Amino acid sequence: MSTVEQPATRGDGFVGRAMKRKEDPRMITGRGNYIDDLALPGTLWAALVRSPEAHAKIVSIDKSAAEERSDVVGVFTHEDLKGDFAAPMPMVWDPPGMEVNTPEHWPLAGGEVKHVGDPVAIVIGTDRYGVVDAAEGVIVEYEPLPAVVDPEAALEDGSPLVWEQFGTNKTHEWSIAGGDVEAAFADADVVVKQRLVNHRTAGAPIETRGCIADPRGDRVTLYSATQIPHIARFVISLVTGIPEDKLRVVAPDVGGAFGSKINVFAEEVLAVVLARRLGRPVKWIESRSENMAVVHHGRDQIDYVEFAAKRDGTVTGCRVRVVADLGAYYLQLTPWIPQLGFPVATGCYRMPNIDLKFEGVFTNKFPTDAIRGAGRPEATHWIELMINKVAEELGMDPLELRRKNFIPKEEFPFTTPLEITYDSGDYHGTLDKLLQNLDLDAFRREQAELRERGVYRGVGFSTYVEVCGLAPSRAVGPQGVGIQGAGWESAMVRVSPSGTATVYTGTSPHGQGHDTGFAQIAADRLGLDPENVEVIHGDTDQGPWGWDTYGSRTLAVGGEAVARAAQKVQAKAKRICAAMLEAAPEDIELVDNKFQVRGSPDKAWTMAEIAGAAHIPPQELPADIEPGLEETSFYDPENFVFPFGAHACVVEVDADTGKVDIVRYLSVDDCGPAINPMLIDGQVHGGVAHAIGQALYEQVIYDESGQLVTGTFVDYALPTAAELPSFETDRTETPSPVNTLGVKGVGEAGTIAASPAVTAAVMDALKPLGVTWLDMPLTPMRVWQAIQEAQGGGDGPRRTEQARDLDEHAGGSAGSGPTGPEEGGAS
Amino acid sequence: MSVNVRVQIAVNGVKQELEVEPRLLLVHLLRDRLGLTGTHVGCDTTNCGACTVHLNGEAVKSCTVLAAQADGAQVTTIEGLAADGGLHPLQEAFWEHHGLQCGYCTPGMIMAAADLLERNPNPSEQEVRHGLEGNLCRCTGYHNIVKAVMAAAGSARAGAAAPAPAGAGEEVAR
Repeated sequence: MSTVEQPATRGDGFVGRAMKRKEDPRMITGRGNYIDDLALPGTLWAALVRSPEAHAKIVSIDKSAAEERSDVVGVFTHEDLKGDFAAPMPMVWDPPGMEVNTPEHWPLAGGEVKHVGDPVAIVIGTDRYGVVDAAEGVIVEYEPLPAVVDPEAALEDGSPLVWEQFGTNKTHEWSIAGGDVEAAFADADVVVKQRLVNHRTAGAPIETRGCIADPRGDRVTLYSATQIPHIARFVISLVTGIPEDKLRVVAPDVGGAFGSKINVFAEEVLAVVLARRLGRPVKWIESRSENMAVVHHGRDQIDYVEFAAKRDGTVTGCRVRVVADLGAYYLQLTPWIPQLGFPVATGCYRMPNIDLKFEGVFTNKFPTDAIRGAGRPEATHWIELMINKVAEELGMDPLELRRKNFIPKEEFPFTTPLEITYDSGDYHGTLDKLLQNLDLDAFRREQAELRERGVYRGVGFSTYVEVCGLAPSRAVGPQGVGIQGAGWESAMVRVSPSGTATVYTGTSPHGQGHDTGFAQIAADRLGLDPENVEVIHGDTDQGPWGWDTYGSRTLAVGGEAVARAAQKVQAKAKRICAAMLEAAPEDIELVDNKFQVRGSPDKAWTMAEIAGAAHIPPQELPADIEPGLEETSFYDPENFVFPFGAHACVVEVDADTGKVDIVRYLSVDDCGPAINPMLIDGQVHGGVAHAIGQALYEQVIYDESGQLVTGTFVDYALPTAAELPSFETDRTETPSPVNTLGVKGVGEAGTIAASPAVTAAVMDALKPLGVTWLDMPLTPMRVWQAIQEAQGGGDGPRRTEQARDLDEHAGGSAGSGPTGPEEGGAS
Repeated sequence: MSVNVRVQIAVNGVKQELEVEPRLLLVHLLRDRLGLTGTHVGCDTTNCGACTVHLNGEAVKSCTVLAAQADGAQVTTIEGLAADGGLHPLQEAFWEHHGLQCGYCTPGMIMAAADLLERNPNPSEQEVRHGLEGNLCRCTGYHNIVKAVMAAAGSARAGAAAPAPAGAGEEVAR
């Protein structure tokens, strides 16, 4: 792997400082600009008519009552609009040499509905409340068909089929292996096996989706609460046939996303098509109950995992079969997402032999796709819990087992048996620091004393490595894993005549703090204060093309592009300065925000003076220097980056009720040198909270007939401030050799790390009660049932699904399918 | 269509008189009729608290109040929380302590926190956490929100008196 030169960190620079955010003044005063804050004259409102059936034939649609209303402009079905579409909604994973069963997916369902919430008509009218009333007046007659909800039942012969034409509910099968797994298992002293259920969750940003399409002349501008304005323009152009140059997509302030605004959704396409047809702006704002039903969910896989180890604690191999519930249709990357954990499926460990098999399954549910972590939280969950299980089997301390199998820091860059090259790491270092902060010995003493009094506390650990910085195009693109896209990023840096700068980035934020972090990076290279660096994003009419924001790529790819573009501007500024001061460009240095002749600080220009000369030269510029001060960089990384860390969770479990309280949560993360440590801590806090939500409270539940049970925030339990602790975060800094900043992403790290730490902590707490396994979410009901079962106290009110081992269930059906609604709520 | 009703309301100290549909929600009156878009909507079940405003000095979720019910009331929104175009100590503290990321829950969170500190100027961390459990945030894990509220309480104790919210506090009905 090639490495790049790491510039020495400038102690006096803005990079590395915990600067307050440039974004905040408008947001704390109520002057943000979110999608529903936009009002355009003459706007029409849209509401969708959605299927109450999980699987049904559409027999008839009676629009007459809605159309008769004076406030309704029109009611449109798939039949009415199909001529407006050039292509169905695309799925963009086309793996070389492999077939993925891919159904057509149109913005409105025609003929059959495949999940609850499937849109069958769209009502356009003049009043926000009126269109909702009108949509309720559209009478759709359905002929129900058998629905399939459990992914393992869906794979059985004779199951109802979501898509008849494939003759199966299996979507695809994708495998990858390295080393000699058969030999590893044949030579193993111990083999541990487990079936893990990683249940379906929701992204649940507090702002729902929404959009306004505004037709003007031959162009349409789509304002949308999206993570992906550039990709959206490309995809909407494809689906509508409107040339890209006639489309503009703008992401205003976006109220959180967590992956859930990573797709181009049917409603955005419908708004564009109908705005153009009707010649007026069309606005759609999603309700929360729509958001729970018709935004992709995350996770939802069943993992059959086997680990092999030697008596001395060397972990020699693993075999994993993943059954992933993909729902009824594909969004842009639905079938690819479960595999996204594969590059780090060997964890922080040498693990010389590995065999992974992923199967996708259609069910009558909304599609899954990327939600914060996307494939990597699932992998970390099984790796870390199985490492504990190996330690248990060997009678070893699970931390000692980890240390024995960690890749030592001297061995980086380290190539895994799956031919993935981990860029840099110090796994012992983060674990050591974590244990210092935790004081494990003191905790074990306290734990023993409390157990005497019937108080059950436990500690759980997660030592994780994740893969992010999407992405090296050659690795993820058509010639790599087969995504019909790329992963480079762009930045343009423009210095105005008065010496202020504007940074245009191809990434598109929704809470990360791009405006601040990118300004810090650019400011240091331009000799400016970040206050005088404005960061512009999220508008396809401004700045170069970009690949938007997801996969913890902002800093490692987008930030590096900013650094490179700013560096180019600095180089040109030095040439101009040299010409003006009659010195050689290589003799100009940037010190204390002044461009000065080396050794002659009295001969110095500020960026404002240089920018003035670049635009209005006081004397002639040399012939080889073009006027202006503006540079662009397109940066395609050579490798992913691999952040890592060690987390610990301390819980107390009420054995009488099953309620879990988090007592402490500690993390030591390493994402390279900090650009703004305050932003890193914020990302870790939110990421960990997201995973605690999955581990303890959150679950998307469909019942046996495919009805969504968790359709609101009443039923889907996001953690509140009262459930969460203050987090004890810490960091180490191991630079990545992949980019000049040395940075790695951190937006998903907390979510990828935390769920096994929480789960292991609860299992540790309940060890004296004989509980040996728990699948998430660890709701009071689940935990109580596990205690009852372990204590031989009968089944409780319902038979628990916990603690069933792999052999008993291979080929059986169970798991992430229907569960009672009482299991989904928080206490 | 039902008959519209007349509503007199003082919002951030400014008297307003409007004809509204009886079913119009207060949040939509504020946002769509008065252009005060700082008050957000995040759910339809009164869970998320993004729409929190002060009604006669008390924090309410304005998605669960009819505009008609607010007839005769004084309403304070995030836009009117600070006097004279400055920042309220809570706004300062949210900025200083990185108490927001996407910013969507922030106005409601600040309005709920202002009510909390009004009732309990010296809260413990647990009191802050329980006091804010009606407001959801997906970005911050609440860590820095709690820190900001504690800091704002501390700065108020230290003598940096919070300016009285414009148009609120006179008719506190509990």
